[in-house]
Amino acid sequence: MNFHLKVWRQKASNAPGKLESYEAKNIPAEASFLEMLDIVNDDLVAKGQEPIAFDHDCREGICGMCSAVINGVPHGKDRGVGTTCQLYMRKFQDGETITIEPFRAGSFPIIRDLSTNRAAFDRIIQAGGFISERSGSAPEANSVPIPKTIADEAMDAAACIGCGACVAACPNSSAMLFVSAKVNHLNLLPQGKPEKHRRVLGMVKQMDAEGFGNCSNYYECEAVCPAHVPASFITSMNREYTVAAARKSAGATG
Amino acid sequence: MGVSTSSAKSVSPLAAWLFSSIGKKTVVAVTGIFLVLFVCGHLLGNLTFFLGPDIINSYAKHLRDLGPFLWVIRAGLLAILVLHIFFTVSLWKENHAARPEKYVVKNHVKATIFSRTMRLSGLIVFAFVIFHILHYTARTIDPAFQHYETDLHGEMVHNVYKMMVVGFSVPWVSAIYIVSLGLLAFHLSHGIASLFQTLGLSNKQLRPRFEFAGRALAWLLFLGFTSIPVAVLLGVGREALK
Repeated sequence: MNFHLKVWRQKASNAPGKLESYEAKNIPAEASFLEMLDIVNDDLVAKGQEPIAFDHDCREGICGMCSAVINGVPHGKDRGVGTTCQLYMRKFQDGETITIEPFRAGSFPIIRDLSTNRAAFDRIIQAGGFISERSGSAPEANSVPIPKTIADEAMDAAACIGCGACVAACPNSSAMLFVSAKVNHLNLLPQGKPEKHRRVLGMVKQMDAEGFGNCSNYYECEAVCPAHVPASFITSMNREYTVAAARKSAGATG
Repeated sequence: MGVSTSSAKSVSPLAAWLFSSIGKKTVVAVTGIFLVLFVCGHLLGNLTFFLGPDIINSYAKHLRDLGPFLWVIRAGLLAILVLHIFFTVSLWKENHAARPEKYVVKNHVKATIFSRTMRLSGLIVFAFVIFHILHYTARTIDPAFQHYETDLHGEMVHNVYKMMVVGFSVPWVSAIYIVSLGLLAFHLSHGIASLFQTLGLSNKQLRPRFEFAGRALAWLLFLGFTSIPVAVLLGVGREALK
């Protein structure tokens, strides 16, 4: 298959960028989107040109490293099932023009081309996305009973791979889907309960400090989420945040 | 980005909540509830138009008779509107700053026309509210409205019925009302369901129901409000012009 690519090229964070045109020739239909970029890069290197920088790691949809906004949709989710690495070229028309841009948000500075720095998410995790637990031998798994429905819901939240597609898709660059997934994942489970209130206050505060936008309930985030995290976690986080703030105002400990 | 994980200055928990992303949205949602309730009450009052001149004129007289209490309600509504707009503008500025470089190509997957036009519909509805107050409350757009009086059970009262018939008989005035009310319905088609999400009162099962109910209420309000200019244009109340 052949494609006309328009790829965002930018030398550094503060350098100006622009779309450059490339021809992707003889791409196998079974190639993933990243493999297609590999083939294009091989061609660029052979011609002595700078290859296109893009983020990738596991290439099996679990690490959350690959990114890219494909024809205006993060991960090309309107055609694919998950992340960019799981999107196959057979989903495109032969000869199609494909526009590839980085995830755009002030909080995700572009490192180079399609590669972005998503360390803001790490700082949000540091602000409360953990549990404090004694180290040592693992406790007996069934000693803490967890209702199946709660376990399932926590697993739905835990499915978040932290790729940042929610921010990239949001017209406001809001990180609410990511933060709410991480808050709910731990707050739903007994292990996360002791730090429940501090967690939601800390993570929302850090989210705001990072300069992400605010949620306007467009639901673009859940539409592009490769892990199918639902926006219902945002509504529970809104509730938990206000409850935690009220408790803190009233001087309750926790 | 040079963002620190801890903030040096300490703010009261209440202020921290109020000026957080979620706190600001909560203010917009709560003030939105009051505004929707006001709009519903306003419509019920308007619909007395169809019960004849005496009913709507006596309804208007009762409102006026509230005297100072009417001004308390007006001041409250104004404060609610100011908060709704102030916090929306503050959120919008942050949202705008959150993406300094826009996408060259951006396609929406799930966002509706209603959610994507909230700012535009809100601004136009706000301009319409000012026009509407000048038109029928301050009555400065057509000063003749000031002098419409009628006999209600032996008492001379303002003839609201005649004012509405005269006002809506002008096609361009009715057109402004119908278009603006359509934009209000756009605003509420997203806003009503959205406030339940923001206030944390929704969940996966309830969201589609809130979305349906919010849209249904929004367009029922539209039909209710526009029924009056449409009826006047079709000739209802013509006898009041004599």
